[in-house]
Parts: sequence; structure tokens; C-alpha cells
Amino acid sequence: MALDRWLALVILLICLAYGYAAYFTMDALLPPIMKRSPIWPSSFPKVLVIGSILLSLSIVLGLEKSPEKKDAADINLSRLREYKVGQAILLLGLMVAYALLLRPLGFLASTFLFLTVGSYILGERRYGIMIIVAAIAAGTVWYLVDVVLGIFLSPFPLFLTGG
Amino acid sequence: MLEGLLTGLATAFTFTNIMMVVGGCLIGTFIGMLPGLGPMSIIAIMIPVAITIGDPSAALILLAGVYYGAVFGGSTSSILINAPGVASTVATSFDGYPLARKGQAGKALTVAAISSFAGGTIGAILLMVFAPALASVALLFHSSEYFALMVVGLSAIAAFAGTGQVGKALLMTFLGLMMATVGEGVLFNAPRFTMGIMDLQSGFGFITLAMAMFALPEAIFLVLDPNRSKTGDGSDSGKIKNLRITKEEARSITPVIGRQSLQGFFIGVLPGAGATIASFLGYAVERNIASKEEQDEFGKGSVKGIAAPESANNAACTGSFVPLLTLGIPGSGTTAILLGALIALNVSPGPRLMVDEPQIFWAVIISMYLGNLVLLVLNLPLIPYIAKVLAVPRNYLIPFILFFTLMGAYIGQNNATELLLLVGFGVCATLFRFADYPLAPLLIGFILGPLLENNFSRAMQLYDGVGFVWERPMTLGLLILAVVLVVLPGYRARRARLRAEGVADGD
Repeated sequence: MALDRWLALVILLICLAYGYAAYFTMDALLPPIMKRSPIWPSSFPKVLVIGSILLSLSIVLGLEKSPEKKDAADINLSRLREYKVGQAILLLGLMVAYALLLRPLGFLASTFLFLTVGSYILGERRYGIMIIVAAIAAGTVWYLVDVVLGIFLSPFPLFLTGG
Repeated sequence: MLEGLLTGLATAFTFTNIMMVVGGCLIGTFIGMLPGLGPMSIIAIMIPVAITIGDPSAALILLAGVYYGAVFGGSTSSILINAPGVASTVATSFDGYPLARKGQAGKALTVAAISSFAGGTIGAILLMVFAPALASVALLFHSSEYFALMVVGLSAIAAFAGTGQVGKALLMTFLGLMMATVGEGVLFNAPRFTMGIMDLQSGFGFITLAMAMFALPEAIFLVLDPNRSKTGDGSDSGKIKNLRITKEEARSITPVIGRQSLQGFFIGVLPGAGATIASFLGYAVERNIASKEEQDEFGKGSVKGIAAPESANNAACTGSFVPLLTLGIPGSGTTAILLGALIALNVSPGPRLMVDEPQIFWAVIISMYLGNLVLLVLNLPLIPYIAKVLAVPRNYLIPFILFFTLMGAYIGQNNATELLLLVGFGVCATLFRFADYPLAPLLIGFILGPLLENNFSRAMQLYDGVGFVWERPMTLGLLILAVVLVVLPGYRARRARLRAEGVADGD
């Protein structure tokens, strides 16, 4: 089974869970006075989920013929072995680490680390340039966002600012 | 009208106000170029600045300038790195980015700049002429027609986004609509589908989703396939300098700009439709009416494919000021924020605005024209410098794109959970791209979801059921049009296939 049909199957399962919530659990919490209204919070989701289930089923069952032509220059799953999957996974992991460390480490340190480690993962080995670029970028962006635009970004680690 | 025009000219052509236009356009372009900071967030950020200015005309002129600048900046990042920070420039990336990848980024940017200028200018002239009359047309639309109009918009998007795969595109639209129901709705105060997670209470962030659907998969593909960023080595930078478009190209885009400026403006006037629908619909219409050879070019770097959404979205931006200034109804998220700014400045937009404070009304219109001129004069010469972004080595460019993606999602919400959602959705989006699912319909469904549901609910309440569908002929007509839009491509493909088989059989 091709990837698109697997994905449609996953969507179908999500829709079933969503539909179960819309049809069987949501209305239980509705106050009696709201039940007189022609429209309930669950009405629109109920309509949507029927459409999505039918559409995902039609793809899972392969009712729609997908065109075969493939642009060679475009991304293609059959070339997955040639791709740098390791780098991509490491960078995604780095993004997750950034999300988790942004508050505890502060904007300046976490951004500096993100940019240097990111370049390192991609194969950059000119450490001097890497460090200068990352430091200037972290400082400039913080200045622009926090000072010029006035959106608060905690610059320093939590243990320095006292929480 | 002439008297009003002169008042507007006198107000707009003061030194302060010209500086406001220039400054606003510059700030808007530079910030709008960063993926993730769309006009909505930039205007929201600029509101405190505008309020400190104090003078309502100057403040509104500044904000309008920022708006135009941001839309133009958004197109620039769509073309150069396929990262539309703004939903209304998603359609620009369909042809802008392929053209940039062919080493003709300069040409793509020139076409975008000229189309934006023409679209905005034609829009401003139309606004001046039609503002009062158009307001009354928009008044005729009830919630049931808005609902039907959005259904038409969504089906048009699904019909063209999935070439030959309308089912997949429709499924993505439905998925986007379903995602929009997560969190607290406007009509109902109860949270829906949050699974008890507090961070989902306010729903998914639009910018997070936009970043995850477009910027992140593109960055991941750049990592996966180093050949993809060939232009990023700077080897083709010589071609980027070439901003010229040929005479034939100019001739081919002129009618496109004319048609799409008109169409975009009128779509922009209708509240809820706005620049996004205008750009997608503009792209779809031009693709459908193009000749067979030109049709094949769409999606691979057609200049018409850039000109259509660019002129349409700028004209629609202008059009969206019509309901705001004449009725006090915001036509889009951005004009809703502008409405907030106006109220903070003690100006109440509505039919009385033109009578009570004509200088504000006309100064804004004049400054729109001026803003478009500034964008053209300022941005065309800046294009080679803007295009330098492509010459940044891949090892630095990719971490920066990822970083701006993260920042875009973070600044809007100031919530680290948003970043985890971004990565999660980004991975899903990458898988969808591998499986040839179009992602634009998902995002548009997500944006239009709340509006669609509100109008649907209002119509249901008004007619105590679904009676509005057959009791209002305009609604019925629009819904039939939506069905035709979905069914037609499939029917045409089937007929073409049957005919081809017939030929093969010697029929």
C-alpha cells in the first residue's frame, strides 16, 4: 500500500475519534437551554466529520486514480536512500531541544547554541565564523524584537534572573 | 468627491505623513519578509507606535503603509525561500519559487513588484470611485450568502490545488476545517476537542500552522536533498541581477493584471473573503482560462502565475478597506486589527466617517496610492540586495530559516508549547508532501473555518434550520457553483481519458 493510502488511513482513524467525540460525548455537557437552539456546538463538526470520513475512505480504497507522472526534480520517496535523513532528524531534535530550553536558558544562550549546533550538524567546521555569526544574529534579533518592537523576550537564563 | 480628494491630498502630502508612508512601507517590507511575521502580527506590533503618534490620519497612514509593505515582503520570502509568512502570498510561491529555483529570482520579484503596484493602484482608484456604492452591495449579503461564498472559495481552492486529485485536496480542506474547531469557538463559550489540554484552549495558532505547513517542510527538503538549494551556493547570483522582463512577458501579464485587479478588489470588498481567497481564486481563474501550453507552465514558474495572485491580493487588500471605512465591518483579520486601532484613536469607522471626518477617509485613500508608488520605487531598486538572501551558504541559511520559523511561532503566542506543535505538524506536513497531498487547502480551511462556522450558525439560527439553502436563491446559486467547481475537473479529466482511449482503439 502506498504512503498516501497509509496517511489516509491514519486520517480516517483520527476522524473516527473526532466523530465519536462530536456525536456521542460533546452534547452531554450542553445546558438544556442550549438544546432548543437549532445549532449546537457539535453541529458543524458533525457535518465535517461525515465528509472527511467519506473522503479518506475513498483514498484508502483507492477510488481516485492518482496521476503517475513524477517531476524528477521534486522530492520523491523512492530516492529516500540518497537523502540525508540523519541530518534532518538531528535538526528536528535540535528544534525540540530549543523549544524546551528557551525558557530555562534564556533567548540569547539558546539561540546562540541553536545556530552554532545547527550549522555544525549541516557540516560547517569554520568555528570562528560560526560563533561570530550566531552571536551577532542572536543579539540583533533580541534587540529588534525586545527593544525596538517591544515584545518581551527573556534574554538571560532563569538562574540569573531569579526565576 | 473632488472636494474630498483635495482635502485628502492636502492631508496626505504633509512631510510627516509622507514620512509615515515611506517608513511604514519599509518596516512592513523588511519584517514581512521574515517568514512567520505576517501583516496581522506586524500591525498588532505597530499599534502602540501608532497610538503614540496621536493624529488619527497619520496613524492610519502608517498602519496602511505597514500593511502594504508586509504583503510585499511576504511575496518576497514566498519567491526566494518558499516560506510565505502570509496566507495571501501562498499562491505566489506556486510559481514564484519554481522560477527562483530556475535562477530567475530577479524576474519573479520584478513581476511581483509590478503586479502588486498595478493591483494596489487600480484598487485604490476603484476604492475612490466605488466606495459608497460598493458598501450597499456588500450590505445585500446575509450570513447565508457569506457561508455559501466561503464554500465556493474552498471548493475552488480544492479543485485547483490537487491537479487530478480533487479527493486529496478536499480531504485536506476538511482536515483544516476540523482543526479550526479545536479550542473555544466564537459563538460557543465551551472548549471543543481540547482533550483537557490547557494549551489547546485557544486553538492552534494560525502562524504556527502556516510555518509548519510551508516553511518547515521546505527547510527539511533543503536538508534532505543538498542539490535542491543549488541557487543557495551563490553560483547563479549573476542571473538574480537580471530584473528585466521581456516584451512578450509584459504583454502576456498585462491582461492578467487588469482582470485580477478588478476581481481581487471586488472579492476583497466582501467581508470574510479577503486577500487570501482573492489570490487563490485569481490563480485558479488565470490557470483555467490560459491556453493548453500556458496551463502546463503553471506551477513550474509561469509569470502569469505570479502576476495573478500578486495583483489580486493587493487589490483585495485595498478592497478590504471598503467595508472597514464605510460600514465599520472588518473584511479580514488584518482590517479587524486596524478597526481596533481606529477605536483606540477615538475614530468610529462607519457610514458617518466620510461625512464627519472626510480628511481621514480621503487621506487614507491617497496614502494607499502613495504607498504603492513607494513600494515600487523603493523595492524594485532593492531587489538585487533582497535577492542576496539566496547567496547565503546552505550551512547558515538552513539554521536561520529554522530559527525564523521557530521565532514566528513563538512571538505570536509567547508559548514554548507552540514550538513543539510546530515541529510535530512540520513532520506530518513533510509526510503529506511525500505522499503528494496538497497542503494549501488545509491551511485555507483552517483560516476560513471559524468564519464559515459562524455564518453557518447565524444562518441556521435565522432560518431555524437549513431552510436558508432553498429560501435564498443567491445562496443556492453559490452552493451549486461550489458543487460544479468540485465536479468539473474530474469530469473533464474523465472525458479526456475516454477520448484518449478512444483514439488508441482507433475509434
